[in-house]
Amino acid sequence: MINKVVNDADEAVKDIPDHAVLMIGGFGLSGIPENSIAALLRKGVTGLTCISNNAGVDDFGIGLMLRTRQVKKMISSYVGENAEFERQLLSGELEVELIPQGTLAERIRAGGAGIPAFFTPAGVGTEVAQGKETRDFEGKKYLMEKWLRADFAIVKAWKGDTTGNLIYRGTARNFNPMMAAAGKITIAEVEEMVPVGQLDPNQIHTPGIYVHRLFQGKNYEKRIEQRTITKM
Amino acid sequence: MLDKIGIAKRIAREVKDGMYINLGIGIPTLVANYIPKTMNVVLQSENGLLGIGPFPTDDQVDPDLINAGKQTITMMPGSALFSSAESFAMIRGGKVDLTILGAMEVSEEGDIANWKVPGKMVKGMGGAMDLVASAKHIIVAMQHCSKDGTSKLLTKCSLPITGLRCVKRIVSDMAVLDVLPAGGFKLLERAPGIAVDQIRKATEGKLIVDGEIPEMVMS
Repeated sequence: MINKVVNDADEAVKDIPDHAVLMIGGFGLSGIPENSIAALLRKGVTGLTCISNNAGVDDFGIGLMLRTRQVKKMISSYVGENAEFERQLLSGELEVELIPQGTLAERIRAGGAGIPAFFTPAGVGTEVAQGKETRDFEGKKYLMEKWLRADFAIVKAWKGDTTGNLIYRGTARNFNPMMAAAGKITIAEVEEMVPVGQLDPNQIHTPGIYVHRLFQGKNYEKRIEQRTITKM
Repeated sequence: MLDKIGIAKRIAREVKDGMYINLGIGIPTLVANYIPKTMNVVLQSENGLLGIGPFPTDDQVDPDLINAGKQTITMMPGSALFSSAESFAMIRGGKVDLTILGAMEVSEEGDIANWKVPGKMVKGMGGAMDLVASAKHIIVAMQHCSKDGTSKLLTKCSLPITGLRCVKRIVSDMAVLDVLPAGGFKLLERAPGIAVDQIRKATEGKLIVDGEIPEMVMS
């Protein structure tokens, strides 16, 4: 049986070089690979391009890597929760490419699925359309968007088995499955590692073929960005 | 003039039984509170959920369950979870019946601007461009004028566009209006106590007033 398990986050990210292109899973702070981000901070790798829906907050998630100036460029759909991000963007230290969320999700999906380009109606007639081919299909205009792929995709799952099959939980799934498929090397961290045969094949979200290495994460903080409560 | 809750209550009256609905951040999120309990609707969250429920109680809070505004939520019975790619596949595929979102400006052609103010902080468009490009029906919740009295219902948007010719209906603090396919804001209803003349003054774009304009019925 193929075994892709590595000891910990440090071992999983040890060959990520400076200037690598990374995909980092999660939506807001939900479903982000906390352990791997911490290992990248320890490793001190710099000049990174990070493809991730958001950029974390000032003191958590990708925000931590912005604070240490490890990120050269962010490719995201929404980055509004991060003051350090704003400062670096306005001072020109950080490059940012903003992409409509559905286009970002589909560009990553296309990257994993071997589809170099596709047409979407999102962004027609807007700044997003600048420099892109627009084509008519059955009377409606669409933009050509190209795939996104990464040197390393880093995802977070709820459960994984030792061959890399993954199951996500709740809305922590978000961008993780598409990113898992779009990395040349895909690293998965899981809350619970189980032996082969323990996961129901009917329930697998990411088949192990997409995952190159995985590890059992620890000390998950799972920070909440907007704690909204119904008062009883 | 309606307050935010008034706008949300009026928009809730546009909701029909059986609809799949995407609610944007801000006033649109409030609409969920005023949809009659007897109505069966399903709320979609772009990150990957059909079946958003009420905010959780303290002991129900789950960091793995958030809406697109990153607020903690619960799931209704019969919910479905999926990836963000599948979420936008159902949006672009035209499966969502109604999209309700906020706007900074709307033009008389139905163009909407709601993602960027040049020179100020750019937060990103999130899912707004995908939603407005594909929704079957779009209702915009907005203030009719900015704080200094400048109209936000314009001949042409001055801010960067989110989508072209997509807005069908507007519920503002002053009025309910339809954007006609040929262009122009057709006045349908007035907010309680607001006169047609006030709406005319507050609308920079082409306003079409046809006959008597009733006052909004608030539930």
